[in-house]
Amino acid sequence: MIALVLRDLRQAAAGGALFLPVFFFLLVATLFPFAVGPDGPLLGRIGGGALWTAALLAALLPIDRLVEPDREAGMLDQLAVRGLGDEQVAAAKLAGHWLGFGPPLMLAAIPGAALLKLPQEILWRLEIGLLAGTPGLAALALVVAALTAGLRSGGALAGLLLLPVAVPILIFGAGYVEQGGDSGALKLLAASSLFLVALAPFAAGAAIRAARD
Amino acid sequence: MSGAPPLLAFRSIACLRGGRLLFERLDLSLAAGEAAVVTGPNGVGKSSLLRLAAGLLRPLAGEVVRSVPAAFADEKPALDAKLALGRALAFWARLDGVSPSPGMEAMGIAHLADVPVRILSTGQRKRAALARVVSAGAGLWLLDEPANGLDADGLDRLAGAMAAHRRRGGAILAASHQPLALAGAKAVPL
Repeated sequence: MIALVLRDLRQAAAGGALFLPVFFFLLVATLFPFAVGPDGPLLGRIGGGALWTAALLAALLPIDRLVEPDREAGMLDQLAVRGLGDEQVAAAKLAGHWLGFGPPLMLAAIPGAALLKLPQEILWRLEIGLLAGTPGLAALALVVAALTAGLRSGGALAGLLLLPVAVPILIFGAGYVEQGGDSGALKLLAASSLFLVALAPFAAGAAIRAARD
Repeated sequence: MSGAPPLLAFRSIACLRGGRLLFERLDLSLAAGEAAVVTGPNGVGKSSLLRLAAGLLRPLAGEVVRSVPAAFADEKPALDAKLALGRALAFWARLDGVSPSPGMEAMGIAHLADVPVRILSTGQRKRAALARVVSAGAGLWLLDEPANGLDADGLDRLAGAMAAHRRRGGAILAASHQPLALAGAKAVPL
């Protein structure tokens, strides 16, 4: 299991794919001041939601490298022959994916918040929200990656599949960041994230198995 | 057959792929030291039969019984393209709890350990996939077209590895449209 998690993490790091969502996140964060103007108070008000939107879009980027390359290369078959359940493999992939996605994004949120002139307590809430919400985003990305593995226009379909389902995470995440946001939003964010994390290994495992037939 | 259970047994297997019945009422049993070669035209279900034996497909009817772990090699190398060959094989060896070197020696690819998988030739990748099977230490080898892409030296090494495996009490189920050097192998025409 741990060998699998480390392998997925190493794969992501070797391809430089670890930095892609981070740069994308920062790029989106940079675009907002250009779009709405360098108005400090306004940016402070919308900045949290903007960064959450950026995080959501950044979650789309790694989807095409999560499952399909391993299916194509026969890695998933070889793991199954060794008696590893597809759910186990999916759980390992989820852990590996989050480790390469969540913490880097949380680090990138610091310069991102500076770009949007967010006050410190907002940044703090954003970080807590990302800690609670990125596992859910990673879980969604994995399920969508497993569902679209082997499809020809999988990438475009993945966006259509993931974004609507990720809306609760966006709502609760941005709701918690908003000034005066209460901890109820954080609890709901954590709950929806936990639900996705618990569901993902089974859904992704079933999708991997179905793709084999 | 003596008291020992077969390493692999197919009992009245039927296989359905994409709405087409590939074969039915197929019986097959492999005891220690035995080998079987599945032959037949393209698309007749040779690969499906091996995937059934590996547990990657479920039979429509019947029962596949395997009493030992299996090592499986098909046309997909299942090696990380960016890694050096030695490290890519070491990943699987670690999962299997073995050393990758006996297989690499047996297939004559030990000198390629530092070469990235992505620049290996087809034959070298095939040798690597077979090296993983040799190293794995599984009692049952499932080889889908093991001779594809191999040169004369590779074929010799494959024959030597298969013979050694059977001498140690292993069994081999292979699918091939090329002649394989498997003395006394059962023929399974599909």
